[in-house]
Order: sequence, then C-alpha cells, then structure tokens
Amino acid sequence: MELLLFGIAKDIVGRSTINLSPDSTLPGSVAELKKLLVADYPDFSKLSSFAVAVNSEYANDDVVLGHNDEIAIIPPVSGG
Amino acid sequence: MEEPILEIVDELNVSGVYKELSHPASGGICVFIGAVREFTNNEEVVALEFETYKTMALKEMQKTVVQASEKWPFNKVVVRHVVGVKKVEDPVVVVGVSSAHRDACFPACRYIIDTLKQTVPIWKKEIFRNKEVWVSAHP
Repeated sequence: MELLLFGIAKDIVGRSTINLSPDSTLPGSVAELKKLLVADYPDFSKLSSFAVAVNSEYANDDVVLGHNDEIAIIPPVSGG
Repeated sequence: MEEPILEIVDELNVSGVYKELSHPASGGICVFIGAVREFTNNEEVVALEFETYKTMALKEMQKTVVQASEKWPFNKVVVRHVVGVKKVEDPVVVVGVSSAHRDACFPACRYIIDTLKQTVPIWKKEIFRNKEVWVSAHP
C-alpha cells in the first residue's frame, strides 16, 4: 500500500511517498491510517488538521482501505 | 453551462481569458485573479511555491463549478491555477464566469474562488528571506 504525501506532510515524513509493506499490519480504515501516521510521525498531531483521500476523493474516517486504492494524505489546503 | 475550462498550469497567462469567457448569451463577465503579494504580516515574501495533487484538484474544481452552476445560471467558466515558484505580482489563479446578467457571475465567481481555497488540494509555501512556511498548516 502506497501513500502519497503533499505539502507539509511531505516535509514531516521526509519523502513524497510511504510504502506500507504487505507483511506489516495494514490499516483497515482511514481512521486507523490516521492513528498509525500520528504514532509514527508525531508532528502530524501539530497540524491544524489533515484529511485522507482515497482514489482522489476526500474520505471519512470509516472508509475501508483496499490494497489497490490510491491513498493520499491531504494537509490543510492553501491554494489561491 | 458549457464544458468548463479547468487547468493546473506552470505559467498563467490571463490575457486570453476574455475570449475564453465571451459568449453570445453572456452580458456579464466576472474575472478574479489572485496574485503574489509582497508582504505577509509585515514580512517580505520572496516567492510563493505551489504544489498540487493534480487528479484530485481537477475533480474538486469540477465539483465546485457544478455546485456554483446549480446556484447561479451561467454560460462559461474558467478555473486555472499555477504550480511551481512564483514571484511578487505574478498571477497564480484565475476564476472567470460569464452569464446573462452580472447578478449571476459575481456570486458564482466568488463562490468558486472561496470554495477552491477550502477544498481543492493545492498547497502554498511562503518563502521569506530566512524561512519557509506552509500556509495554514499549523493553528
């Protein structure tokens, strides 16, 4: 499972993608993924907020994650 | 509404937007252009750097213009945003709407730029002389 990272999320992790190895326990839902990220990279808890997109759509915490989904971490947007 | 023009571009040329929005049934054309401002909280900004999650940004732009078209009837719409490093006074976003009368294109244009800033996955980093800050990242 590959996560795409943008903006400050990329800076926090230090690269633009994270590969979650299939051997490890993969997060089953958006809520689990958020928990995992905050545990591995505590700076995520300092953000105003962050969202998760699944297949390029904003996803609620209860959305189930599949191996082939395109998953992205969406820190607070600031276009315009 | 005709097929919207929605784009993420490296360089924004705003001079052609009138032709893109001109329409025989449109008596009003409203255009908003966002540009790089020199100072943020009295600190000099050297440049802004934008990045995006392009596939999602285009989808969110599409949703936003559809929502706007359901609230106000209009004929044509353009939403174009830059990525990359931009200097002071460079244009970074253009939103334009053309409609029969101005009472549709003004609020539609306002709605689209306001919603874009809240939902479209584009990120802006302010580059100052001695630091760089992702805008809105922290409370």
